Amino acid sequence: MSAKSPAPDVVLCPGGPLLLRGAHVVEAADGGVHETRRPVSAICRCGKSAIQPWCDGTHKSLPADARP
Amino acid sequence: MLLPKPRGAMSTTVFEHLRSPEPAPGEQSPALPVADSVDDELITLWALQELSYRGFEDTDGDHQGDPFVVVVRHQLESALEARLRSRWTDVELEDDFAEQFFTFVADHDGPSLAGFILRKADREQALELMQARSIYQLKEADPTTWVIPHLAGRAKAALVELQYDEYGAGNPDTMHSQLFAAGMEASGLNAAPGHYINDVPAEVLEQNTAMSLFGMQRRLAGAALGHLAGFEASSSLPSQQMAAGLRRLELPDVMAKYYDEHVEADAVHEQLAVRSVCTAFIEDEPHATQDVFFGAFTCLDLEARTAQHFLDRWEATG
Repeated sequence: MSAKSPAPDVVLCPGGPLLLRGAHVVEAADGGVHETRRPVSAICRCGKSAIQPWCDGTHKSLPADARP
Repeated sequence: MLLPKPRGAMSTTVFEHLRSPEPAPGEQSPALPVADSVDDELITLWALQELSYRGFEDTDGDHQGDPFVVVVRHQLESALEARLRSRWTDVELEDDFAEQFFTFVADHDGPSLAGFILRKADREQALELMQARSIYQLKEADPTTWVIPHLAGRAKAALVELQYDEYGAGNPDTMHSQLFAAGMEASGLNAAPGHYINDVPAEVLEQNTAMSLFGMQRRLAGAALGHLAGFEASSSLPSQQMAAGLRRLELPDVMAKYYDEHVEADAVHEQLAVRSVCTAFIEDEPHATQDVFFGAFTCLDLEARTAQHFLDRWEATG
């Protein structure tokens, strides 16, 4: 990101979650609907989080080639 | 909060001084006291730094500008910083800061209190750990807030965004410090700040005084941000273990919920701290990149020392 770009609302973290800035309603893979409840939320991309749809850091336990 | 019990000659002299009226401008300061031990130094420094947070009910005046206090505190902070730096060796910096940082944290090997709480601890040990953690967690995020005015631009905005979540995003009931206080009270502990200060070992004092040192000294902003990022990046998985361990011990759910919150929050905060705060900071101040790693190392190393202290005490290192 260059200093001149506007600050992003959605950030893909290499090997990790998707950051979502602001208030959103997220539909999880199982169809459950969740409202974000913090200024920035981390959405699981590895599929292994125990608190779907949110990231719980589990991607860090995966081998590098199994991370998003 | 009352001043702690002294732990040697230096803290005895300094705490007596704090209970006396503040000296008038120009008044001769007492001779500099000599510490009996690192424990004596650390309890003295902890109390002097605490004058810049909420202070004590039993000091006479706030003493923040008292020349004697300023000189003793500077001397103790210099000794602490020298000790922390003596444990650290510079890393060879790589191109991808975020990847190197996450790997650095993941590769740091140390004993785990969360693993012990998960599998082996009894209730008394878990409550003892909560008491030790309370010294920081009842003012959670405060040491890092000092860093905000030391920053500019993107790093500053990113740090404020992270801290806002720590402070409950405007809701006092969900401030992390308040979640911990609620957990303590539900567990039958006293949630008054500093209540357990006389029971904590030097390792816990060193963790707390290092955070305040890094936060308050503009020169050490890199170390403060590295400490923050190291803390956040080593928190989600241990917080899962803590929550599960506290539920295994059937401690009140409100205490476990403090750790549930940290599983979710710190999975966000580690990304923000590393990718937004520290990355923007080192773009502005590339010379401070080593200090960012030094801060992270110090966070992990001091936690390992605290963990070793308790695990040795609980005879569970095997």
